[in-house]
Amino acid sequence: MNTNEFKKKQAVLIDQVWLKSWHKAKKPRPPLVKNIVMAFLVGGLVCVLGQFILNTYTALGVPSEQAGNPTVATIIFMAALLTGFGVFDNLARHGGAGLAVPVTGFANSVTSMAIEFRREGLVLGTGSKMFSLAGSIIVFGVVTAFVIGIISALI
Amino acid sequence: MGTYFTAFLIGGLICVIGQLLFDLTPYTPAHILSGFTVAGGVLGAFGLYDDLIQFAGAGALLPISSFGNALVKGAMSEASRSGILGVLTGMFELTSTGITAAIIFGFFMALIFKPKG
Repeated sequence: MNTNEFKKKQAVLIDQVWLKSWHKAKKPRPPLVKNIVMAFLVGGLVCVLGQFILNTYTALGVPSEQAGNPTVATIIFMAALLTGFGVFDNLARHGGAGLAVPVTGFANSVTSMAIEFRREGLVLGTGSKMFSLAGSIIVFGVVTAFVIGIISALI
Repeated sequence: MGTYFTAFLIGGLICVIGQLLFDLTPYTPAHILSGFTVAGGVLGAFGLYDDLIQFAGAGALLPISSFGNALVKGAMSEASRSGILGVLTGMFELTSTGITAAIIFGFFMALIFKPKG
């Protein structure tokens, strides 16, 4: 094999490798960065809305120590209503964890289960399936609080 | 209790942690959100979560980790008042609003709206 032929072969090989990597680069990357940015913005905005509601209740005369409870209830109401109208799923597709991590995600899972299983009846469907997603949050929260509470009582 | 800026910043950052766990770990959202609740409870045991709420207001109050914190606070404060049985009686002292609201609104939405499909 003379040098010319060798160089040609090498060039073809390099071409192939380059093409391969180019194809890899053209493949859509997992949209991790976009997801993170959206989660930050949407989650931040949900909390700003919550802060507005919190400030409103405080201005209305609720002591600031207790204003958290009605704030959470208001946000739950909003999320439940948006779930009922079928808007929440569209928002959640863009917001990701920005809507799942705040209490909006909890409210959405309860409400969507309640509506979805309505067809199996109010008692056996809505009543018993309502917490089929959110139940694990309550269970593990309560178990954690129980263990910590017992330890703190014994210390 | 918090400003709009700190609420946005801390609330957004907690959600970013959630998004990273969603995208980079094989765990389901149910696993991860349960983990947030447990983490909030553990931070609450040392009083750290209350500091975060003081700083970030709704930015720390709305993420589900706040639920774990409130459970722990209810159990611990009632236990210190009335002994070890207080762990049971005080558990939902602070979180009953959220759970009641979710049940009531979820139930009435199921009465009003029809399931899709």
